[in-house]
Amino acid sequence: MNGIIDLGIYQVAFAYVFIIILIMILRAKGIPREKEVLISSIRMTLQLILVGYVLVYLFETMNPFLTVLVLIIMQTFAIYNIRQRTKNPLGKDLKRIVAVSMISGTLVSILFFLFVVVQISPWYDPQYVIPIAGMLIGNSMTGVSLGVSRLTDGMREQKSLVEGALMLGATPKKAAKEIVDQAFDAAILPTVNSMVGMGIVFLPGMMTGQILSGVSPITAIAYQIAIMLGILGSVSLTVILFVQLGYKSFFNDRDQLKTDES
Amino acid sequence: MITIKHLRYKSILEIEDLEIEERKVTCIIGESGSGKTTLLKMLNHLLSPDKGSILYRGDDLQDLDPVDLRRKVIMLPQTPVIFHGSVKDNLIKGLEMAEGELPDHSTLKNIMSSVNLQKALDDDAENLSGGEKQRVALARVLLMNPEVLLLDEPSSALDDETEDFIIRHVVEYVKKNHKTLIMITHGKDLAKKFGDRIIEIKGGKAYEWNH
Repeated sequence: MNGIIDLGIYQVAFAYVFIIILIMILRAKGIPREKEVLISSIRMTLQLILVGYVLVYLFETMNPFLTVLVLIIMQTFAIYNIRQRTKNPLGKDLKRIVAVSMISGTLVSILFFLFVVVQISPWYDPQYVIPIAGMLIGNSMTGVSLGVSRLTDGMREQKSLVEGALMLGATPKKAAKEIVDQAFDAAILPTVNSMVGMGIVFLPGMMTGQILSGVSPITAIAYQIAIMLGILGSVSLTVILFVQLGYKSFFNDRDQLKTDES
Repeated sequence: MITIKHLRYKSILEIEDLEIEERKVTCIIGESGSGKTTLLKMLNHLLSPDKGSILYRGDDLQDLDPVDLRRKVIMLPQTPVIFHGSVKDNLIKGLEMAEGELPDHSTLKNIMSSVNLQKALDDDAENLSGGEKQRVALARVLLMNPEVLLLDEPSSALDDETEDFIIRHVVEYVKKNHKTLIMITHGKDLAKKFGDRIIEIKGGKAYEWNH
């Protein structure tokens, strides 16, 4: 391996030339999005710089409480983000189900991944726990968001189909099966699709990062394979939990569709 | 067979006392928005009353297993529900949903001709006309052989001739097999022709309609 080129602040600043070019194009074409591009770029930069310093601090202090605290913050943000992102306001039951499925689904996956696959020691080593948990929680968040949208849309748009099935003596499970299956597919598809092009169409971000920072491509690939399987497992688990618990919130204890969608 | 006592539902229904007899054709008439469909949904236990009770063979619906009850007291909504798939898929969907035994080819053919549906079993159900969809949905319910049929304007999308043919067939089927039929009809003529009894729903209240 050759020595790693360390990026200095001026070199990073040069990358902003792309943003300047983009803004010039937007201006020339009269597309009113300069502000959004500029603000999101600056915001991303500040967030990452901040996270960089936080990570350095965490890695140096190696405090188990801090690692757990970071996990709790990530999880809270992910759950909050899912609730914010859906266009239909979520009822109390569904909000609770989002939290339950995210926490239990990702926790099982994170524990399995860290202690059975990677076998880290000590158990709270932030260098492994934080990035791996971040990837599992982040991808599960996207999956559950999609699942929430599809489930709530489906139950609203296909209400007469569900009701028609109930009239014929279907159990709520049977009546909602098609919508539940569609929600699961929609939630899991981005993860499956991203695996299809991996290595051929693009090199995944984590692997690229590791290779650029000097890790052998073989090690980087081994990590990438493991993390992709972990992501698939975590997304599937959280989404299955969510849809299986979620559809029930649309029915009452007399197997009737709830009249108000709360 | 079905007894309604002191029923209140929102400001839609207010029925003090109503008894619906077994093995009879009861027609329900009334202006749109009078609460006819809501009443049928209550008999199918898709809605529960706010006050009062509905008894089926002496048991309060609130105490019965809702899914079990709906397999005996089946409702056909006014807008036919068509599932993805062929005519055959749609015909057997009811029995699939209710976990019943699936019919053979000749039973399916017979039921199609009984509702005057001249289509192939593997035709795409979503391409059918409104009237054909209504007949598929009706045939689906007949295949399930329930104790009570709750039909919400089963012939609203049909021309007069087909309407007469189909309702006549359904009534014959009900009489022959000792079933109970409760049917909302959009015209009084149809109710007069086929109903053993006519109930008018007006402003949420039920009245005996004498013809």
